[in-house]
Amino acid sequence: MIDVRLYLLQRISALLMAPLVIGHIAVMIYAVQGGLSAAEILGRTQGSVWWMLFYGLFVIAVSAHAAIGLRVVVHEWLGLRGIVLNTFSMAVFFLLLLLGLRAVQAVTLS
Amino acid sequence: MNVNHSSNTFEVAVWRGNSAGGDYQTYQVPVQSNQTVLDVVTWIQQQIDSTLSYRFACRVGMCGSCAMMVNGEPRWTCRTHIDSVASRESGLRVAPLRNLPVIKDLTTDMTPFFDKWVKAGGVHAPTADRFDKMVSVDPDSKARRTASEGIECINCAACYAACDTVSTNADYLGPAALQRTWTLVNDVKHGDVSGALDAVSVPGGCHSCHSHGSCTRYCPVELNPMKAVASLKRASIARRWRS
Repeated sequence: MIDVRLYLLQRISALLMAPLVIGHIAVMIYAVQGGLSAAEILGRTQGSVWWMLFYGLFVIAVSAHAAIGLRVVVHEWLGLRGIVLNTFSMAVFFLLLLLGLRAVQAVTLS
Repeated sequence: MNVNHSSNTFEVAVWRGNSAGGDYQTYQVPVQSNQTVLDVVTWIQQQIDSTLSYRFACRVGMCGSCAMMVNGEPRWTCRTHIDSVASRESGLRVAPLRNLPVIKDLTTDMTPFFDKWVKAGGVHAPTADRFDKMVSVDPDSKARRTASEGIECINCAACYAACDTVSTNADYLGPAALQRTWTLVNDVKHGDVSGALDAVSVPGGCHSCHSHGSCTRYCPVELNPMKAVASLKRASIARRWRS
């Protein structure tokens, strides 16, 4: 149950996620090469505006992408429609956003 | 197919019932050479049970009336030889088209299918009347070639019956209607391309397609509705982007 706007938003969020996921994995592999500890990683990420923007943008993209995807699934498989479907979609979006931004806050704010 | 060699017949299960429900009934049908599924259904109706309801017209694959589910897959029954769909193990099972309400036995109500053609913006909007000079259309132009890819649709609804998105999303317009819209979008004589793109950009429009490809897999005239739907997605997004 999506129109052209939600379809477009899901594609744009996927376009954003692709390089961010690759960047996350690449940095993760690079960072642990020399046996980096959690404290050393946090030492680099905490207080960094760039990592905050990097993971903040990722969380926003994931929240939108997953909420739209689950919206289609529950409409087609559970038959949710109208206000119930809209409420479900927004609840998923804000829940993922809240959980994700809390994680970003913990990793990037000292 | 389940052939009884002593009597040279085989077993055919035909769905019998109406909108309230029904079940398969089995019949023994004589084996004949070059036998189509429609031949089998017709033989049962003429020789065993005249109350069996089914729909057909041209018998040569032009009218799109006789599509049914054959062993669980949508087929144009007049052009489907039983040798190509039945095996000794599977036998032959014939049922009404999926995703459409049943009227009786093998006859479905096509109203939702054709209503969606209109809803998808499939009505031609003329750009000229009979007093205007006839517009010349280059048959080799890109737009015309694109439009021509979809115009041989025989409206049989095999794609509609094959589509899993239709089965789970009653609002989805379906591959045939969307392919018709894509044809009109590329028709230089169509006067309402914007209206057509608006009509398929609503919930249940082309963006609901999951690109499973069943429509293209089961189209009996080998059209590619999935490509048409994908093209509509691109065209509608490009238009939205520009605006």
